[in-house]
Amino acid sequence: MQKTLVRLTAALIASTMLVGAANAETIRWARASDALTLDPHSQNQGVTHTFAHHIYETLLDRDSDGNLQPRLATEWFVKDGDPTVWVFKLREGVKFHNGADFTAEDVVFSFNRARSDGSNLKQLHAEVADVTAIDDHTVEVQMIGPSPLYPNNITNTFVMDKDWSEEHKLQDVQDFAAGESNYAVLNTNGTGPYVLKSREVDVQSVLTAFEGHWADAPAVTEIVYLPITDAATRVAALLSGDVDLVQDVPVQDIERLRNSAGFKIETGPENRFIYFGYRFGEEPLKSSNITDSNPINNSLVREAMELALDRDAIKQIVMRGNSIPTGIPNPPFVNGWTAELDAYPAPDLEKAKALLAEAGYPDGFSITLDTPNNRYVNDEAISTALVGMLGQIGVKVTLASRPVAEHSPLVINNQSDFYLLGWGVPTFDSAYVFNDLVHTKTDKHGTYNGGLYSNPELDEKIIALGTETDLDARNASIAEIWEVVKADRVLLPIHNQVLSYAMRDGMTLPVHPEDQPRLTTVTFE
Amino acid sequence: MLAFVVRRLLQSVIVMLVVAFIAFLVFRYVGDPVTSMLGQDSTIADHEALRERLGLNQPFYIQFYHFVTNALQGQFGISYRLQQPVGKLIMERLPATIELALASATIALVGGVILGIYTALRPRAFSSGVIMTASLIGVSLPTFLIGIGLIYVFAVELKVLPSFGRGTVTDLGWWRTGLLTESGLRSLILPAITLSLFQLTLIMRLVRAEMLEVLRTDYIRFARARGLSTRAINFGHALRNTMVPVITITGLQLGSVIAFAIITETVFQWPGVGSLFVNSVQVVDVPVMAAYLVFVALVFVVINLFVDILYFIVDPRLRDGVRSGK
Repeated sequence: MQKTLVRLTAALIASTMLVGAANAETIRWARASDALTLDPHSQNQGVTHTFAHHIYETLLDRDSDGNLQPRLATEWFVKDGDPTVWVFKLREGVKFHNGADFTAEDVVFSFNRARSDGSNLKQLHAEVADVTAIDDHTVEVQMIGPSPLYPNNITNTFVMDKDWSEEHKLQDVQDFAAGESNYAVLNTNGTGPYVLKSREVDVQSVLTAFEGHWADAPAVTEIVYLPITDAATRVAALLSGDVDLVQDVPVQDIERLRNSAGFKIETGPENRFIYFGYRFGEEPLKSSNITDSNPINNSLVREAMELALDRDAIKQIVMRGNSIPTGIPNPPFVNGWTAELDAYPAPDLEKAKALLAEAGYPDGFSITLDTPNNRYVNDEAISTALVGMLGQIGVKVTLASRPVAEHSPLVINNQSDFYLLGWGVPTFDSAYVFNDLVHTKTDKHGTYNGGLYSNPELDEKIIALGTETDLDARNASIAEIWEVVKADRVLLPIHNQVLSYAMRDGMTLPVHPEDQPRLTTVTFE
Repeated sequence: MLAFVVRRLLQSVIVMLVVAFIAFLVFRYVGDPVTSMLGQDSTIADHEALRERLGLNQPFYIQFYHFVTNALQGQFGISYRLQQPVGKLIMERLPATIELALASATIALVGGVILGIYTALRPRAFSSGVIMTASLIGVSLPTFLIGIGLIYVFAVELKVLPSFGRGTVTDLGWWRTGLLTESGLRSLILPAITLSLFQLTLIMRLVRAEMLEVLRTDYIRFARARGLSTRAINFGHALRNTMVPVITITGLQLGSVIAFAIITETVFQWPGVGSLFVNSVQVVDVPVMAAYLVFVALVFVVINLFVDILYFIVDPRLRDGVRSGK
C-alpha cells in the first residue's frame, strides 16, 4: 500500500513537472554565426533569414520537406485571364507585435521595399512591375511577363508594418555608403511567432513567444540564441549542458555525439550541391604546362576527369558518410531533378587514361585547383582528395586554398582555371542553377559561371524558361537543358551536403533543407 | 623635456600613419567585401554598383585619405557585416577585453612572481624542477589547445565552469561589466587562465633569473654578513631590486595581452574586440579591421610613449644625452 502511494506521488510529481516543462520551455540555440542584421530586406543570407523567420513572416513558407506552405497568404493563384498577375489572399486576424493589424498595405509596402535599390532581395523580384492592394486582404503582383514560378521567390521576403516603418523612417533599406545605420537593424516589429526581447550582436539574443500570434502556441516559449564561432567550443557547450541545440556540427563530431548518452543528432539532406567548375574556351589555361591549348575545353578530358573521380570514396572518407554523391548539379528537391540524371559513372582509371591519350595528352597536364577552406563542409579536404584522384591519371593538380572571402572573387572575376564551389537553390527550380552557372556570362546572368561556358542555344532556352507558363512545356525544356549540361559536363558535381543538428535528448527538431530550422517545429517528448 | 615629449609624439603619429597605411594596403588582398555582402543572388551589375557606392573603385590613395581624415574625427564608418558604426561596436566590446586582459595580467603577475621567487630561492629543489618543466610545456602548447583542454576538463567533464561566453553582465551605463555577478566571475576563470599562461611563464622566468642574479651580488653577501634575517634579505633587498625590470615587462606585455587576446576570445566565445576582429576578417569587413588595427597600434604607441617618458624622468643619463645632442 505504502509503495503504491509512493509510486503514485512520484508519478503525480513527475506529471506536474512535465506540465510545467511544457508551459515554459527555453531552448538555448547555438550556431556558428549571428544574424547580420534585423532589417529583413537588407541581406540575402541564410543565417539572417533563419533568425528573421522567428520574428517576421513571409507570405509563403517552405516546410522541412521543401514544399511551399501558406503563411501570411492563405491562397495564391494566377489571375483569371491575365497570366502576368499573381493574386495573394491574405490571412485575416493577424497582428503585428505592437498590436497593429496586418493588412494588404503592409504587404505592398514591404514588397516595394524588398525590390528597391538598396535591398539584397531585389534580384528575386526582378520580374515584378507593380504591387497593388485590391482590398484589405488581397494583393496583386503585376509581373513584367508571365512568371509561373514567382511564388518560389518570396519565401524569404518578410512583411514589415507600414506605419511603424514610416514612423521610424525605414522606407528605404539602409544605405551603406551613406554611413548611417537604421532603426530596423536593431529593432523589430513583425507578425512572427516570437518577439525580440533583447539583442546583443554576436553575443546573445533572446526571443519570447508572441501571445497574439495567429497560429497555435509553440512548444518552445523562449529562445536564447547564441552565436559560437569555434566549432570545438560549440560542441563542448552542448556536451557541458550550456546549450540545448547546436547547428553547424562538424562532421568529425557527429558520430561521437550520436554515441554519447543524453544527446541526439538529426540529419537530413541540404538543398546545396558541391561541384567543381573549370575553364572553357580555346585560350590556354593560366596555370597549366600546356601553353598552346586549353585541355579542359576538350570534352574527352572532361570525361576522363569525371572517370578519375571516386565520389563514393569522398563520401566515405572525407565526409564520414555525411553526403549524398550526385551526378548532376541539382539537389533532389529541386524541380528538374531525376534519378536518371543523378546517376554517375563508376571510376575507371584505365579508360580515363585512354581518353586523355586520345585527346592528345598522354602524359597528362598540370593545373591549379582553387578551393575555399572555410565555407562548405570539409571543402579543402574534398579538393585534396581530388588532387590525388586526378594524379592517378596523370593530371598534376596544384592546390590553392583560400578563405571564401578571397576565393569567390576569383570565380566571379573569371581568374580561376579550376575551382570548387557550392550552390543552393532557394527557388527549388532548375532555372536558378541555369541562370547563374550555365548561362553565358553577362551583366545579369552567369554571375558564377567562372569557367565562361557559353552555349547560345542553351541561353535562349534558359531565358525562355522565365516566361513559359505551360508547366509541362517548361519542364520538358528544363529536361532538355539538363541533358546538354550533363552531356557537356559543364560542371563536375560531387555531392549534395547533408545537414546535422545536435541536441539534447527529449527534444526533436527536423532538419530544414535550406538550413533554416524553425523552433516552432520543435517537439518535446 | 618638452622637446623630447614633442619629438616622441611626432614619432608616434608617424608610426600610427604607417600602421594605418599598411593595414589599408593589406586589406586590398584579403578578399572582396562586395561578394560576401551581396550573396549568391546578385548579378555582376549589382557588384559593380555596390563597389561604386562604397567607393572601392577609387584609387588607393584617395580611399586612404578618406580613411585618415574620417578617423581623425572619430569616424570609422559602418561595419559592412553588422551595419552599425564601427566606433560604437569597438567601444561596446572593449570592456570585455579589458576585464579579461586585467584578470589575466593579475594572474600572470601574482602567479609569476610567487613561482619565480620560489624557484629562485630553492633552485635545486625537486618541486622547482617540476614547476620549471611544467612551465616549459605550458608555454609550448598553442593557446587554443590549452583553452579547449580547460573547457573539456572543467566544463564538459566536471561541469563546474561555463564553457563559453561572459555570463550575466551588469550595465553601468558607460561600462558593461561581468565582474559583479557570480556567473560573470565564473565565466572569467578559464579564459583568464588560458590567456595568462604565457605571460605567467615569462614573468616567472624573469623573476627567477633576476632574483638569482641579485642573490649573487655583493650587497646581498654583505647583508648576510651583517646578520640580517633571510626573510629581510630575500624580500626586503633582493625582491625589491628584482621588481624593476619585471614591472617594465609587465607594463609592455599588458598591451600585447589586449591586442592578442584574439585566440582566447575565439575559443571561449568571449565577446571582446578580438573575436569581433576575427568575425570581421571572415567576411572582409574592412572598416572594422582597419579600425581595430589602428586601435591596437594606438595601445602600443601610448604604452611605449609612457614608458619612454618614465625612463626619461627616472634615468638622468638620457637627459644628458638629449642636451648634448647625442
